[in-house]
Amino acid sequence: MNWAILTPILVFMVVIFFIGFWASKKVYSSDSFIQEYFLGGRQLGGFILAMTMTATYGSASSFIGGPGAAYTQGLGWVLLSMAQLATGYFVLMILGKKFAIMARKYNSITLVDFLKSRYDSKWVVLLSAASIIVFLFSAMAAQWVGGARLIESVTGLNYTSALFLFAISVVIYVIIGGFRAVAFTDAAQGIVMFGGTLILLIATIYAGGGISNIISDLAAENPNLVTPFGFDGGLTPLYVSSFWILVGVGVVGLPQITVRAMSYKNARAMHTAIIVGTIVVGFIMLGMHLIGVFARPVLPGIDVGDKVMPLLAMEVLPAWLAGLVLAAPMAAIMSTVDSLLLLVSSAVVKDVYLNYIKPEASSRDVKNVSLGVTGVLGVAVFLMALSPPDLIIWLNLFAFGGLEAAFIWPVVLGLYWRKGNKYGALASMVIGVGSYILIHTFFPNPFGIHTVVLPILFSLAAYVTGSLLGRVKGNKPAEAVM
Amino acid sequence: MKQGVNGKDPRFKIAHREAWMGIILVIINFIWWYGFAYGLGSGPVENYTYVFGLPAWFFYSCVAGFILMVILVSFAVKFFFKEVPFEDDIKEHNS
Repeated sequence: MNWAILTPILVFMVVIFFIGFWASKKVYSSDSFIQEYFLGGRQLGGFILAMTMTATYGSASSFIGGPGAAYTQGLGWVLLSMAQLATGYFVLMILGKKFAIMARKYNSITLVDFLKSRYDSKWVVLLSAASIIVFLFSAMAAQWVGGARLIESVTGLNYTSALFLFAISVVIYVIIGGFRAVAFTDAAQGIVMFGGTLILLIATIYAGGGISNIISDLAAENPNLVTPFGFDGGLTPLYVSSFWILVGVGVVGLPQITVRAMSYKNARAMHTAIIVGTIVVGFIMLGMHLIGVFARPVLPGIDVGDKVMPLLAMEVLPAWLAGLVLAAPMAAIMSTVDSLLLLVSSAVVKDVYLNYIKPEASSRDVKNVSLGVTGVLGVAVFLMALSPPDLIIWLNLFAFGGLEAAFIWPVVLGLYWRKGNKYGALASMVIGVGSYILIHTFFPNPFGIHTVVLPILFSLAAYVTGSLLGRVKGNKPAEAVM
Repeated sequence: MKQGVNGKDPRFKIAHREAWMGIILVIINFIWWYGFAYGLGSGPVENYTYVFGLPAWFFYSCVAGFILMVILVSFAVKFFFKEVPFEDDIKEHNS
């Protein structure tokens, strides 16, 4: 057991817990429980909004998997990761004021709520709620495994205790505090992610004897490491560019991000969030992936990519500071997981229970069911993560790209194209998810582009065709509020 | 829903313009990123030049590109984005 490293991480978790606890007080004084619990009462300010978007988006892959890949691939992987800079401004600018205004007109609390009002179709609701529940539940389980493995590897706790520690600290504040607790803890976690990146970047450059030195060491080892093409020249411009769809503009379709675009207080908050978000997401992505590349001369010969970040922190920093820096990936994982947990819970409670099971539920019922469902989901994910079934691992592969392909057009064209209707939305979701799973399974990365690109194009075609054909059937599009 | 005669909410005109700016910004971002990375980075490594110790392609594409986007985004938001109320129940003037 390494107490010098464990202590700062434990302190961090306790602090997060108290922030969540403090934020939860507001939930029980609010007059609209469900809007407060799942959306923070639409009261987020600009800084908190920027941080919760960045922190929710930045997950285990930004802090563990990404630096590991950069360690292997060299600067070409940092180039690829910089496609994510776009998420900092693009999502809020595209969904922007239109989404904020329409979500208020419809009185939507979840993304599915919005789709329900926009398309007026039971099948759109059920299909979208089902994809959120299935995919994000799996994604959450995978993140929990990552969180627990990280605690296990840096502290020497066994996997079950590590998972338990992780689960307890996240689940409790999500259950009691809802969205506001998630957003405020995300802000604290985002600050830790930013600070951890900064400290580790400086320490790594120092340990490597300066940037020039590190780059010439890399070039001496393998000149490809300092080119944009990857260690074996395998990163083609086309392939790298296609990541702009997966981790750049496509993020507009991710429900956990989209829901944040209806949570802010006013236009000023949105404006601040766009600027702050661009700075924070750009710095973290650039910094973390550069750290991965710079780690190579400092700490050569690591063959498991996921270990690069923890081993490097322990190598170049004193133990207590390494613990502090390693709280950053913990923060990244926690801030993703808490958002997913609440989102899956909202899909169950608001989109399924209140729509189809008990529409006349009293506000007391709603409160009990919300807390209960969140708790049960938390326990279920914990059990799944103890020994993840193959199905969960398989589903997690599609969680990111699959949800993008499902939701991007129903959301974006639902906002900006009056003629879009439920036939288009349904076709788009079915074709998007279906073709993603098929292409991923049978023809991964067709024509040298990332798997996600074709399904997004297919679902666009399906949306347009479905909407136009559906219109012929004499359906009126939901133009009322557009 | 009460709206103008033509059914168009005037706030949406602002919203649509801002969404287009998002698209323009992401295109600028992509061209800058792609142009410097593959424009300067495609030659043999021996011919690379370096800025602050980083290969020039990487410095301009990723580091300067990041700074450029922060400046452009801040500029766009400060000078072109308009503050509009989001709530519907503001007083409806019968102008």
